Amino acid sequence: MQNYRVVVIGNGMVGHKFIETLSEQTDQVEIITFSEEPRLAYDRVQLSGYFAGQSAEDLALTNEDSYRNLGVNFYLNDKVVAIDRSAKQVKTQSGNVVGYDKLIIATGSTPFVPPIPGREQPHIHVYRTLDDLDAIQASARQSKSGVVVGGGLLGLEAANALKQLSLDTHVVEFAPQLMPVQLDKNGGKLLRQKIEKLGVSVHTEKNTQRIINGTDARYRLEFADGSWLETDTIVFSAGIRPQDELARDAHLDIGPRGGIVINELCQTSDLNVYAIGECALWQQKIYGLVAPGYKMAKVAADHCLRSLSLIDPKKTSQTFTGADMSTKLKLLGVDVASIGDAHGADDNLVSYSFRDEFAEIYKKIVLSPDRKRLVGAVLVGNTDDYGNWLQLYLNKMTLPEAPEQLLFPFEEGNDSASAASSLENLPDSAQICSCNDVSKGSIITCIYKGTRDVSALKSECNAGTGCGGCTQLVGQLLDNELSKMGISVDKSICPHFPYNRSELFDIIKVKKLRTFDSVLAQCGSRLGCDICKPAVASILASLWNEPVLNPQHVSLQDTNDAFLANMQKDGTYSVVPRVPGGEITPDKLIVIGQVAKDFNLYTKITGGQRIDLFGAQLNELPMIWQRLVDAGFETGHAYGKALRTVKSCVGSTWCRFGVQDSTTMAIDLEKRYRGIRSPHKIKMAVSGCARECAEAQSKDFGVIATEKGWNLYVGGNGGMRPRHADLFASDLDDQTLIQYIDRIMIFYIRTAERLQRTSVWLENLTGGLDYLREVVIDNKLGINSDMEAQMANLIDSYQCEWQSTLKDPQKLKRFSHFINSKETDSQVIFVTEREQIRPARIEEKQRATEEA
Amino acid sequence: MTKTNIHHWVDICSLDDITPNTGVCAKVADQQVAIFYLHPENELRSLDNYDPIADANVLARGIIAEVEGKRVVASPLYKQHFCLQSGVCLQDQHIQVPTYQTRIKNNTVQVLSPNQEAQV
Repeated sequence: MQNYRVVVIGNGMVGHKFIETLSEQTDQVEIITFSEEPRLAYDRVQLSGYFAGQSAEDLALTNEDSYRNLGVNFYLNDKVVAIDRSAKQVKTQSGNVVGYDKLIIATGSTPFVPPIPGREQPHIHVYRTLDDLDAIQASARQSKSGVVVGGGLLGLEAANALKQLSLDTHVVEFAPQLMPVQLDKNGGKLLRQKIEKLGVSVHTEKNTQRIINGTDARYRLEFADGSWLETDTIVFSAGIRPQDELARDAHLDIGPRGGIVINELCQTSDLNVYAIGECALWQQKIYGLVAPGYKMAKVAADHCLRSLSLIDPKKTSQTFTGADMSTKLKLLGVDVASIGDAHGADDNLVSYSFRDEFAEIYKKIVLSPDRKRLVGAVLVGNTDDYGNWLQLYLNKMTLPEAPEQLLFPFEEGNDSASAASSLENLPDSAQICSCNDVSKGSIITCIYKGTRDVSALKSECNAGTGCGGCTQLVGQLLDNELSKMGISVDKSICPHFPYNRSELFDIIKVKKLRTFDSVLAQCGSRLGCDICKPAVASILASLWNEPVLNPQHVSLQDTNDAFLANMQKDGTYSVVPRVPGGEITPDKLIVIGQVAKDFNLYTKITGGQRIDLFGAQLNELPMIWQRLVDAGFETGHAYGKALRTVKSCVGSTWCRFGVQDSTTMAIDLEKRYRGIRSPHKIKMAVSGCARECAEAQSKDFGVIATEKGWNLYVGGNGGMRPRHADLFASDLDDQTLIQYIDRIMIFYIRTAERLQRTSVWLENLTGGLDYLREVVIDNKLGINSDMEAQMANLIDSYQCEWQSTLKDPQKLKRFSHFINSKETDSQVIFVTEREQIRPARIEEKQRATEEA
Repeated sequence: MTKTNIHHWVDICSLDDITPNTGVCAKVADQQVAIFYLHPENELRSLDNYDPIADANVLARGIIAEVEGKRVVASPLYKQHFCLQSGVCLQDQHIQVPTYQTRIKNNTVQVLSPNQEAQV
């Protein structure tokens, strides 16, 4: 029963958050939302991802079906044009008139375009909506160069977009430095230096006077100092203005410089009308970040329900009391963070800074006059300290003696132990994850309820699922709490080895152990089990690559490895020949068909572009493989914790949209990494363009072609725990792509837990994706040449396991159901369904026995 | 009906035919017998090859393990542990698979044949 109606004007990120929050808590409210855009809410923060291969669907925060399921009525392309407060109605462009009990204004902001003569011409854009991006993209096709006017946070995002569109990119800023609001002079200087290295030209202290026709390019920007710059495309990003006309026309209170005035419950001067997000003005302040907008959405939803008596009045009410504007982000690949008062302009404040010109890192802390509190900070080039510093700042914690030591976290006496103790001093109300507003208290509650690892904490309480900046803190918090609870986190793989997998790996590598017995003798106890035997077998194979059916290894192999085939429910096996990249000749297809026919096997196409042959008995496996090997097939390792397939599309060879030869790359990758044993199976895919037909983002390693090369994604997963892979690096040439995959794969093999897929591994890796980049791209640990050597060894020592097994009569002896008879298992019974065999069901088996 | 040896030892194979710490399946009087060669004990153990949980003749193909001091085989299908001494399933004590007697004689593996065959 819906007794009330709430109308939400605007379906941006904040409007959507409001709808989500309200609909979660009640079904007694009818929600209607209007958007002037042609689509429902999407992630504006990640806009530049649109040119890095993300589609509008990827950026979408919801879709029409979910809104329908929530019972939300929505009108797209229909802007609200008037509010009649006395009648409690809104009127839209198309003439819709809708009444409301509560009205939410979430109209956001519009980009500010300075009144420069010549600004209203084609190929001159703003950067806010997906439609803007489509327009920029269309211009880019007819342009060689692009200029962003505005060197703030959004301006640099826009510059990134232009760069991704392969334009010669320039940034023009009025102030003497980039990001003048968030960074101090030195931080801005280093940011500029790093961005210029990436090929973006920066022009500061430029006041654009007018835009006229250019001589070498479409336009010329003329600056007040007499200089000029020519360009084909212009994007304005000179700040935002709250979109408050509706409220103005409805005579709601508006601030002197715009913005709808709200109180701490997010109500406007009409108590039935709320304003949230960038259109709202709280204590003379507009909040241009998404986190404060989300907070307002929650406050407004809470108060709406409260005033409609739809919420337990005993529940603590929420209020908006301002928000911290500290921020950490990656701009054009450069890590930047700013906390509190970054400038420290007040003479009484004390600042310390550290500049490493070699590593290109700049850090600065601003302290209170008594040096007891952190009041601001700047980080450029490395933002590892952000999480800890933000907590010190937000919770007004007392700093240690010699607070300047904060700048050198790796020095003695200032290590992670002190980070832990500072975490200990945080109140439970301290916000650990600012994206999702998760407090220290709620994370601890989760831990006490039984959540014991970081990735589980992420899914349980959402901490660390936004920007990921707090993952390290969440990990430290988990360790602290567990040790307080007296739980020593036993990471031993089983009772026979007091080590986790990566420790075991190091021992085996350093001591050069080559058999399970020697590993057990060196660092284990008793006799081993079905956990440690396959785990050690996998490590031995990853290091020394001896055939898994060799006598000293065969007893360690898990079910499928033990017979180089996949055991099915009735004890028979399925066989999967390798089909690199999914490319196969008609002759080879015929061989597979003929073999399947001759051995009466059930055939099915797999998700990895191969063919699976089911129903083979143990004694048939060598005969089947002899035929396949003779025809030039190799084993597909469908039975192994190893690379399975590299799926691909036909790419630029056939497809009219393809930009690179994805099939050749897929075949090269599959042949390179075939047979390498790893902690769990590895899947890869290569797509020939951003349309992503090979579904590379759901793979452990995904490769997507760009105009300039390849984008590499890592840590994707399908199956029961789907995860989109993270973009690791962009526009790589063939050689760099392969080099990065080599290193990441070996690093995964060395450091992952047993049976841990790359997705969970990456989520649990301390420092996450950024750390992985430091290891693989910057060689932070100095192990890259060692990892490459290991990979080279593995590639050199590859052999097709079936080919070598067929040559070894001793190994073939095991491929018989009985050791003392040529008979087969009489209890394996097949029936026919859709012209192929399948295992008989219990009742069918019983019937067959009775008839016999 | 012959009344010689109701129980008699049947030769199966040479001990060299079984890789240490693996199992093989032998056909003994129409029964499928899983024979395991334990190392370092140098002893044999035998269970029925039929895995009652998976409903398949597969136990000989499982990994030999040591769990809480007991020698067990892990089912290759659903990984339950069956005690090689008693045949009891460690995860469900109500389930027990038959055991057989085995010995090594002059490097030959022998299984004590179950009675029903001998009565024929």
